Amino acid sequence: MHLSSLLEIAADAMGDRVAVAACEDGDLTYQGLHGRAAAASRHLMSRGDERLVAVDVNSEAVPVGLFAAALAGIPYVPVNYRLADAQLIAILERAAPGLALVEQSVPTRLGDGIAGLSAISRPEFLSSDGPEPSSPGADDPEDTAVLLFTSGTTGEPKAAVLRHRHPTSYVLETVEFMGAEPEDAALVSVPPYHIAGIAAVLTSVWSGRRLVYLPQFSAESWVDLAATEAITHAMVVPTMLGRILEVLVERNETLPALRHLSYGGGRMPITLVERALEQLPHVGLVNAYGLTETSSTIAVLGPEDHREAIASAEPDVRVRLGSVGRPLPNLEVEIRDLAGVALPPGTHGEIWVRGEQVSGEYVGRGPTISADGWLATNDGGWLDPEGYLFVEGRLDDVIVRGGENLSPGEIEDVLLQHPAVADCAVIGIPDDQWGEAVAAVVVLVDGEDADVTALRAWVAERLRSTRAPEHIEFRTELPYSETGKLLRRVLKGEMRSGSTTP
Amino acid sequence: MGARKEMDLKPGTRWSSQVCDTEVVVVRAPAGAVSLECGGHPMVPVGGDRSPGLALDPSFAAGSLIGKRFADSESGLELLVTKPGEGSLAKDGITIPLKEAKPLPSSD
Repeated sequence: MHLSSLLEIAADAMGDRVAVAACEDGDLTYQGLHGRAAAASRHLMSRGDERLVAVDVNSEAVPVGLFAAALAGIPYVPVNYRLADAQLIAILERAAPGLALVEQSVPTRLGDGIAGLSAISRPEFLSSDGPEPSSPGADDPEDTAVLLFTSGTTGEPKAAVLRHRHPTSYVLETVEFMGAEPEDAALVSVPPYHIAGIAAVLTSVWSGRRLVYLPQFSAESWVDLAATEAITHAMVVPTMLGRILEVLVERNETLPALRHLSYGGGRMPITLVERALEQLPHVGLVNAYGLTETSSTIAVLGPEDHREAIASAEPDVRVRLGSVGRPLPNLEVEIRDLAGVALPPGTHGEIWVRGEQVSGEYVGRGPTISADGWLATNDGGWLDPEGYLFVEGRLDDVIVRGGENLSPGEIEDVLLQHPAVADCAVIGIPDDQWGEAVAAVVVLVDGEDADVTALRAWVAERLRSTRAPEHIEFRTELPYSETGKLLRRVLKGEMRSGSTTP
Repeated sequence: MGARKEMDLKPGTRWSSQVCDTEVVVVRAPAGAVSLECGGHPMVPVGGDRSPGLALDPSFAAGSLIGKRFADSESGLELLVTKPGEGSLAKDGITIPLKEAKPLPSSD
């Protein structure tokens, strides 16, 4: 299927419903969204643009741009406008040629501009139009729909290719067409250059939900908008959720309209999930696991799973609160060893996935999918006997200490349960004796204190002594990407160049 | 009634009834050639020409509800109704049963 068909079908079936609320000039209906996207696509086609690049904050220009590009038969390429100038220029040079929808400050930041890239402001883009094209509309599901530069926690960002058939397969398989209740409204605060920002547009449109955009995330503005727009659905990354819960407490706000809060995009500490369940008992929590290369979600831990896990006395059930739930029914997930051989439940290995929404393709690189359709995610994990998937993080992050594989996430979860620990990161650092040693960087709760010996003992008692950090460093904050991914390589670099054990 | 021309029921293709307002989108393609019908007559691509003089066959008039999925287990064909109509969906003259969908929790 083609992205343009998603919008056409939705506009035909529910043209009068609100598609995007609280836009610059009021609400945009599904008919209106289709009309505006079609007009902008005529502008793109009349100019002969090869790509629509977006370097902007969140607004109605995200769905308009995404569908305009689809209707014009060209890729939509959202780029992180908050990158440093040099990085932004390097990415835009790769994103060119095409038309770039830019945030106000961008043109001056680009100096002489980027060869092959012309700029258009958001207001200009949203009112753009062109002559009726002579050729029929684009509908090839093999065309590239979206190019996304992966956040690049290691090395140079890769440009992931999603063809129309990938995200549309995800939508058709997992979302009920027109399934939204009339009051349903989704608050989108994840940036448009994140796969979750793209998926939010598509699933909202297909279900007939009202989209509400938060231009740039702050916990205060998120809570404000969620309250005034009576938001029912939202997706946040872990760092956002922690701040949101704090603001809700400060304001004594419970967001009674909110029914569905999903989280993903990075590892969520169990302590934070427990807090959310306690603080928002009327809200169904959903943990979603997915990759850019898989068109968003491939496994979900639903509201019932959360409730069952937290209420259970069975350790095997309770521990599922830290899982990402079960794979979507339209996908296959396997755990495999280094040689690519499938492993039985309960065994740690690499997560592999196969399904129609899986692209695994990058610009300028050979296929990363096996001949029979499997993608190696480079994430470590395991499945329990009931099929719940546990993700342990990037395989590159696994600590190999004296031949034993240690999962940083497991140790982090235990440290976070310590009352004095507000946040922490566990990494492997080079060690002459063990190959790698376990190091922890800990942020303490304001006013609390814990010494190295106590924290080591805390971990050793709950896991094993081999997992107790040999090095512990205290800091006031940890480095995160703005989509909530802990930047371990930054910490690794810093710890390597002078680790200390107080 | 046999299909005169093979229908290319690729996922994402949209089909329209010739005798009512029903429109569907193909979610899963069938294995092999089948004739997709609505109201007792072959469906045509959305926007395509309708044969004149056709009437709704009363044995295929149970109606198609918007948003519902219909799946034929034999061929694997799965359809989603994107516009409701009076006719019911059939494959090679046999009514396609409604598929009970278990909605997944929204994760976006």
